[in-house]
Amino acid sequence: MKDIREDIAWAKINQDVMKSLENPRPLYWVILFFAVLAFGIGIGCEVYQYQMGMGVANLDNPHVWGLYIATFIFWIGMSHSGTLLSAILHLMHADWRKPIYRFAEAMTTFSLMTAGLFVMVHLGRLWQFYYAVPYPNERWVWPNFQSPLLWDAMAIFTYLSSSVLFLFVGMIPDLAIARDNMQSGWRRKLYTLLALGWEGTDRQWRNFRVTYLTIACFLIPLAVSVHSIVASDFGMSQQPGWHVTSFPPYFVAGALYSGCAAIITLFIILRYVFKFEEYMTLPILKKIVRLTFAIAMVWTYLNCVEFASVWYSHDAVSKDLLIQKMTGPYAPFWWAMIFCGSIVPLIFAIKRFQTNIPVLFATSLLLNLGMWLERWMIVSPTFSHGYYPWTWDHDQWPSMIQWGIVFGSFGWFTLLFMVFCKMFPSVSMYEVKEMVYHRSLHLKQNGTVEQGVH
Amino acid sequence: MSVTNLLDNWAAVRHFHPIDDKPHDPYKWAMAIDLDACIGCNACAVACYAENNLPVVGREKFKHGQVMHWMRIERYWDEDGRDYPDQGFQFLPMMCQQCEAAPCETVCPVGATNHTQDGLNSQIYNRCIGSRYCSANCPFKVRYFNWYDYPTTENVWPAEMNYQLNPDVTVRGKGVMEKCTFCVQRLRAAEVTAKGEGRIVREGEVQTACQQSCPTGAISFGNLVDPESRVHKQWQAQQVDLDKDMQEKNQKEGGSDLRGYRILEELRSYPSVMYLERVRESAV
Repeated sequence: MKDIREDIAWAKINQDVMKSLENPRPLYWVILFFAVLAFGIGIGCEVYQYQMGMGVANLDNPHVWGLYIATFIFWIGMSHSGTLLSAILHLMHADWRKPIYRFAEAMTTFSLMTAGLFVMVHLGRLWQFYYAVPYPNERWVWPNFQSPLLWDAMAIFTYLSSSVLFLFVGMIPDLAIARDNMQSGWRRKLYTLLALGWEGTDRQWRNFRVTYLTIACFLIPLAVSVHSIVASDFGMSQQPGWHVTSFPPYFVAGALYSGCAAIITLFIILRYVFKFEEYMTLPILKKIVRLTFAIAMVWTYLNCVEFASVWYSHDAVSKDLLIQKMTGPYAPFWWAMIFCGSIVPLIFAIKRFQTNIPVLFATSLLLNLGMWLERWMIVSPTFSHGYYPWTWDHDQWPSMIQWGIVFGSFGWFTLLFMVFCKMFPSVSMYEVKEMVYHRSLHLKQNGTVEQGVH
Repeated sequence: MSVTNLLDNWAAVRHFHPIDDKPHDPYKWAMAIDLDACIGCNACAVACYAENNLPVVGREKFKHGQVMHWMRIERYWDEDGRDYPDQGFQFLPMMCQQCEAAPCETVCPVGATNHTQDGLNSQIYNRCIGSRYCSANCPFKVRYFNWYDYPTTENVWPAEMNYQLNPDVTVRGKGVMEKCTFCVQRLRAAEVTAKGEGRIVREGEVQTACQQSCPTGAISFGNLVDPESRVHKQWQAQQVDLDKDMQEKNQKEGGSDLRGYRILEELRSYPSVMYLERVRESAV
């Protein structure tokens, strides 16, 4: 099977993608409704927590971090695959990424925005968060540059601004198409503004290519560093279960893993909702599935490395914590993480399932559940079973406020993402044309296609 | 930390032992706690509540682990099958260990917790944004977070106890971290008085609230660099050094007569509190 139909006409590509801006299937509105609902619940919980204090999250001393930090890592991780698809595969000339990288890149941007919110939600004094920003002030008080949390803040802001730029720059030619095809109205004005006067001249294309490539090259090391820095939040501390040298690559692998799983989920949803069957084809899905499988195995390997290094380190406290994870109160979640993260992806190894949409949909959700559990299992057990036995706290359980905000974040992400896909072309028109063009060269040479169709 | 400071001192970062980071001249406040003398009466904890305006959170929040005791008495006993295991209770008063290389200090994103010239681990409430990273990285878990806005919470300080609040100490609002300060308000007052008289604080001139209220004198507190101080003599007698990560006692084969040790020394945070190991079998 081919990645994309080779005799698909350029005008039809425009037409199909432009249609996604107009009339999606009814499911779109259902999803949007539930997203708004979930987001509303999250907002309600946050307002309550802001008023009352962090205690309503049922965090305690010493269990001071909980689901907020875990979910923060989850969303940061989710953001990595967009960059993988749009930047790394771009440099590797893997052209099958072209119909799907736009929504993956949007996913990057929006999951980063969601992650950024969790930093805020987590803070005890949210209204003073700007203390962590190195702004000039008359007292020469600066943030503490030694703190991994500060590196975090900087890395995330850099990554967010770069990926917004990358998403926008990559969209300019498509915005011009939207501008030219849209009837008059506010949306046409918006596209006109955002297209920056794109005319598709030779000079513009050349500048565009250079800019796009430059940002892509800038973004790749950035993406790797961002999750390494998030890993440093833990690796740089001296707590058992966190002080692990292999954390940065482990986090990056986990990030790519959950991101790829999310791409599969969103791929299937978008394909149905916006009728993108012609572009988001099964052979492309199969390629992502195989990529996800490979990353899942890397993640499993790094997990084993971590366990082995703890086991053979003779660091009694870390070892005790590892045993506690496997057998203590967190055991069901820990084993669920192993099951969802390492066993479930084996389904991807079976050819029959690599293009089976219902199976892939369910599996990709399970994988992401596993990856979320992984982040939780990194954060919480260390607090419940740390260095100091007197402070062991095996009974702590997050309150409904915490769960509500975590739940709400999924609504917020879905809301942003779905609105984006309805507002902007979520399949890159010009790159799909490019892909079709390159793949249909042989057809042209054989003269099997009528003149003027392409 | 200013940028100039950062750039100028970059080459000097960690080229010296962490305990030499600050001069300790003329003070290095330190403590010694004799576990043999501790009877677990909790007077120190109560005194700490009174001196430092600690919020009394009540039964419900206590059950949720949101208690604010800067000074806590821990109880340990052997599971050796005796009928009344509480006969074998051993007590351990635990508060901020004022580490010389404090794990909490390096991780604070806003630099709200710092090391002072006289060897304290200070906490700046106004600067704290409540990321709670310090507590996450504290091996002793002696930092307490204001989960609620206690000054405006009912029954934290009942009306009839208004005059009990210490005017020298601020009350903390919601969302900031706090912990034992070695009664810094008393230390500063004594330091300033002594400075005005052109001398240094004498031994016995300043006491922490916990030390003051201990009926058995288990806690001694003072200036470690003053050779006349009781703390200095105790540390010396036990051959405990601030800059070691394993004390004499634990290095000798076949045990030792020395009793001095510091908790979790192997993590190299260099705590300022020395404990004297228990010799008696039971507290009762």
